[in-house]
Amino acid sequence: MTQPLTLFDKIWAPHEILKADNGLSLLWVDRHYVHEGSFQGFDKVEARNEKVARPDLTFAIADHYVPTSHGRVFNDPSLKKMVTTLVANTDKHGVMLMGLDDPRQGIVHVVGPEQGLTLPGLVIVCGDSHTATHGALGAIAIGIGASEVSHVLLTQTFWQKKPNRMRVTVDGRLGPGIGAKDIALSIIARIGTNGAQGHGVEYAGGAIRGLTQEGRLTLCNLAIESGARTGMVAPDETTFAYIKGRPFAPKGADFDRAVEVWQNLPSDPDAEFDREVSLDASAIAPVVTWGTSPEDTLPIDAAVPDPATVDDPDKAKQMQGALDYMGLSPRQKLTDIRVDRVFIGSCTNSRIEDLRAAAAVLAGRKAKVPGLVSAGSTVVKHQAEQEGLDKIFTEAGLTWGESGCSMCIGINGDLVPPGERCASTTNRNFRGRQGPGARTHLMSPAMVAAAAITGHLADVRPMLTGRS
Amino acid sequence: MEKFTQLAGTAVALRRDNVDTDQVIPARFLKISRAEGLGDALFRDLRFDQNGKPRPDFPMNDPARKGASILIGRRNFGVGSSREAAVYALVDHGFRCVVATSFGDIFAGNSVNNGLVAAIVSEEDIEKLLSAVEQTGRAEVDLEAQTIKSGNYVVPFTIDPARKTRLINGWDELDLTAQHKDKIAAFAVKDRAARPWAVPRV
Repeated sequence: MTQPLTLFDKIWAPHEILKADNGLSLLWVDRHYVHEGSFQGFDKVEARNEKVARPDLTFAIADHYVPTSHGRVFNDPSLKKMVTTLVANTDKHGVMLMGLDDPRQGIVHVVGPEQGLTLPGLVIVCGDSHTATHGALGAIAIGIGASEVSHVLLTQTFWQKKPNRMRVTVDGRLGPGIGAKDIALSIIARIGTNGAQGHGVEYAGGAIRGLTQEGRLTLCNLAIESGARTGMVAPDETTFAYIKGRPFAPKGADFDRAVEVWQNLPSDPDAEFDREVSLDASAIAPVVTWGTSPEDTLPIDAAVPDPATVDDPDKAKQMQGALDYMGLSPRQKLTDIRVDRVFIGSCTNSRIEDLRAAAAVLAGRKAKVPGLVSAGSTVVKHQAEQEGLDKIFTEAGLTWGESGCSMCIGINGDLVPPGERCASTTNRNFRGRQGPGARTHLMSPAMVAAAAITGHLADVRPMLTGRS
Repeated sequence: MEKFTQLAGTAVALRRDNVDTDQVIPARFLKISRAEGLGDALFRDLRFDQNGKPRPDFPMNDPARKGASILIGRRNFGVGSSREAAVYALVDHGFRCVVATSFGDIFAGNSVNNGLVAAIVSEEDIEKLLSAVEQTGRAEVDLEAQTIKSGNYVVPFTIDPARKTRLINGWDELDLTAQHKDKIAAFAVKDRAARPWAVPRV
């Protein structure tokens, strides 16, 4: 009788070219996604005067530095240079680029699955920490640094120590108005930002199975915020239906053969995990972050925590520091926190279902604060326009932007001004993440819409009455 | 890559958990190429206020800590963004060793690729070490013995053995991989036949 295996093991084994005496494995890479920020990796290839080993497995996308709030016009030549450098590097090495004017352009972690490049059973890397997103289709997807980017460009391989296996099981039924973002933030709140360090995480259980493919992408996107090396969901009929017909996906008999392989990927019933965590979906509320780490997550009906109740003096000082940065008082009700603007976008929550969820709340209502909506890809943008979602956003008073990483990281110039507070569908509430001095509260697209309408953090649930 | 065996130098204590790589180097400095150097951008918004004035309460701004090569953090250092520029900024500023109770996975990997030692110590020892370094301003790191000394305290640290070997020998990962060139080529051929569906349909 063969040993029961996890999803992770079943993908790892056929990608292991060798295991060295030092315990590290050399893994084959099926897809390498690069973006403007990968220039340091290309520089190292140049420094060695070598060529990209497998341009056919390397895909470039312009996302981090592209303009998103005022058409496609660069206000700063140094930003334009980041995009033109990517064009030059991909031209030189024969790598396909989905550039600024390409109809397939978008955020790398939205475009990979959308174009059918991301498939179950693959090993995928990208010089971006949110690469785990792709694990939602049942792949091992790992974020890497610039040195590793150059290593993959030159060899189509990378070295990894096999991580421990962790399973996060979410069973039960989610309440109305509660989605993948609430699950993901609740997991991080429970285990902490280093709770999954050194682990490859598989999300399982009825509530995960019940998520749409896009919801699973949101969930796995946030795996890194719990310290996980990767996050993944076993592929199933939801996954296969999502992939079928996408541009780069296998077609016809090839697709059927691939599905036969993919159907064997889910963890065996008796497979063992090094660590197990479980959550009850019915206990998950709409959540928001109050501090400067994604683990600073609380249900919307809670209050800002009080450092005076924390025993460890360093921790109390740190909490006070977070409250000072965020401009909040201990025990203040979360729903009393006023916001200055909102942002809907990023690799976490910018897919069509995210935009629909926000639009369902905003339809026929006015936002009290300004805000930017940036679709995750140009494909999503066009689909949203066909569905009339852009009108809902603009009639509510929000700006309908172009696709890119945008105000999540702000390096394209779309910043939250110093001291301003932003309700955001993004992934990081770190100090200065959306701009120097910017204050970020993370939440779901529906909750951001609720904050836009009320002008403060708010529970979206009462606002959904009579709406689908 | 520069070899690392032992290091004695100025040390600075940073009593903070979850120092993410956005704090280590804010995103607006990610356009800078390595050739230009990223040391000035290190901890930029923690070190300086919005007017560019040094924040007096930030430990690195103590004139006695100028030229520090050893940084003592706390829980979960280097989490978040995969930006290797965080390691470049530390190294370009003169740091060769960062100590914490845990590190972001990608940060730890980036460190070894740039000769920076990411040393893990226990929660109990980190508190001792932080206090000792605050008093003495100095520390000694012995990678072979896996110890850090400051004042009267000597604390052990852990590091992945494969990473330790690379740091001690100054080995570049690409040179190690080059030894396996034939195996990689053979794998690619075999894998292509075994998993035709895995090739993107262009």
